[in-house]
Amino acid sequence: MQTVLNSLNQGLHAAFATDERVILLGEDVLDPYGGAFKVTSGLSSAYPGRVFTTPISEAGIVGAAAGMAMRGLRPVVEIMFGDFITLAADALVNHAAKFRWMYNDQVRVPLVLRTPMGGRRGYGPTHSQTLEKMFLGVPGLNVIAPTTLGNPGDLLRQTILQAEDPTLFIENKLQYLLPLQDSALLAEFECREIQQGPDAPAYTLTVRGAPPPVLTIAAYGYMAELARQALLELAYEHEVFAELVVLTRLTPFGLDPVFASARRTGALMTVEEGTLSLGWGAEVLAQTAEALGNHLLRARRLAALDTPVPASGPLENQVLPGVNEIMTTALELIKTHV
Amino acid sequence: MNLELYRSLFRIRRFEETVLENFPKGVFFGTTHTYLGQEANAVGVIGQAADEDIVFSNHRCHGHFLAYGGSPAALFAELMGKSSGVCGGRGGSQHLQWRNFYSNGVQGGIVPVATGMALAEKQKKSGVVTTVFLGDGTLGEGAIYEALNMAALWQLPILYVLENNGIAQTTPAELAVAGSMAARFTAFGIPTLEIDTSDVLEIRSAAGSLLAEVRSQTAPRALIIHTARFGPHSKGDDTRDPEVVARLRRDRDPVQIQAARLTLQEKSLIEAQVNAEIREAFEQALSAPYPEFEPGAASTGELTLRYANRPQLS
Repeated sequence: MQTVLNSLNQGLHAAFATDERVILLGEDVLDPYGGAFKVTSGLSSAYPGRVFTTPISEAGIVGAAAGMAMRGLRPVVEIMFGDFITLAADALVNHAAKFRWMYNDQVRVPLVLRTPMGGRRGYGPTHSQTLEKMFLGVPGLNVIAPTTLGNPGDLLRQTILQAEDPTLFIENKLQYLLPLQDSALLAEFECREIQQGPDAPAYTLTVRGAPPPVLTIAAYGYMAELARQALLELAYEHEVFAELVVLTRLTPFGLDPVFASARRTGALMTVEEGTLSLGWGAEVLAQTAEALGNHLLRARRLAALDTPVPASGPLENQVLPGVNEIMTTALELIKTHV
Repeated sequence: MNLELYRSLFRIRRFEETVLENFPKGVFFGTTHTYLGQEANAVGVIGQAADEDIVFSNHRCHGHFLAYGGSPAALFAELMGKSSGVCGGRGGSQHLQWRNFYSNGVQGGIVPVATGMALAEKQKKSGVVTTVFLGDGTLGEGAIYEALNMAALWQLPILYVLENNGIAQTTPAELAVAGSMAARFTAFGIPTLEIDTSDVLEIRSAAGSLLAEVRSQTAPRALIIHTARFGPHSKGDDTRDPEVVARLRRDRDPVQIQAARLTLQEKSLIEAQVNAEIREAFEQALSAPYPEFEPGAASTGELTLRYANRPQLS
């Protein structure tokens, strides 16, 4: 069984094999440990001299990677927990994301920052967050999140080898051990791949043989995996048929697949693991409302509660949205009178 | 050599004076941080860098850019937000990029970026050395210590030049910098040379030997130059006693120090040439067109700039 973790690891190895300008910096990334989540396993043995284990210096290594990228290398930075990305915020916002534009397109900054977000492992308030929303409105910074519907390793390899701008590659701790979806695993669904942009696919999923969907659910990353389960339960237990749109490129926003689906269903629900206020879903709903006008009849965001993520399992489950919340919210939404 | 050093010093002096003289006329956007009084640091250090070497500067970057060989007309134009500016008017005074010269306006974060450049050049085995300029105020930013640590751990070919002008905007160093400046570098095992001078020849000699060590040993070095800022931090925000500034101008003027090595005739000729050069550069920038935005087709929300008669910068 191919997991997201194997796939990402293979993607890194493939990028290193293809282009010797690819360099990796991160904390505790050397073998035999191979990174806190093992994504870099084997890399330092196969490519000594190109994998740098660093001090605990997120600001320093992201800044350094921006400098390396401007000087013609293709650095990959691993930030051990997504929560620590705030330490590198200045390096990302005021340096990496600015250089190309403020230097009048005279330089390129092909830097990839990989980091795992997400909770549900009891790590508590500072090791469980989903913080990418803080970086979705930064011009010059791309944000990508892989899905098991595609090939995360290929997406990573392609991003490392081809990106011209700094890119946050948002992984998820629980997604690491999930299997990639193949046709057997996806037998219950109709899955369509659409190009969201030149570099990142989006996917639409409906339950195979179901009537036309009455609701669009937009999601990415691990929440898209939960939304897929909810899609089946909504269909089989409640005879409510939804279409799931899974995006891999979060910014620059390319929401045509969401608009197209919501135009058919008239109802849009966004699902994310980050906190609700000023989140990804808020922007997706706003853009869809502007694009569709009164074709969008119903809209709803589902997200984490606006609190820190608790360590205690039962509390954490209440704070982070799960399959049940997706179903409940979806049912409420389609019952709303318009 | 003495003549060319004087020309470089005087060019920066006249550029910065022209900026301050003309700011009230509204020809420039934003603000400026002039290099008056510190000219010898840029001329002395950058004059010792090799052609392909990297120079990374900060908010007070005009002197560094001109000493690097940047065009005064392109720099004036950048301050005026013109399409012929160093960065087409996108960056303004603090954000310059030309050949292997870079600057950014956010302190602290610059130092890791420059350190990463040194790592890249070491990785590429290019032999290129990076020089990064920081000030006493930047010593308050934690990111620089992360960078110094990495530079020493990985033995990177970089020269850290700390220009201590004793005042960060309006805050004197004694209110912001505890302990020793040199120990901040030597604590990481980075050999550090400390000089207190405004003489371009002394700075040139110190920078020359340190850059040679960086290059031959592929290892970091630091140069601390205790220097003097004659002008305000930006414009009209000098809270120092005017007598203190007058004394600095009398005792620590790098332009005067170097002028003493020239004959009156040599000095007058260079000054006349530079005055004409700066005047023409200013007029050229003034008559250049402004860039315009147009919606780009590349992706959502992306804008590109359209240039009217964009000249070649190099």
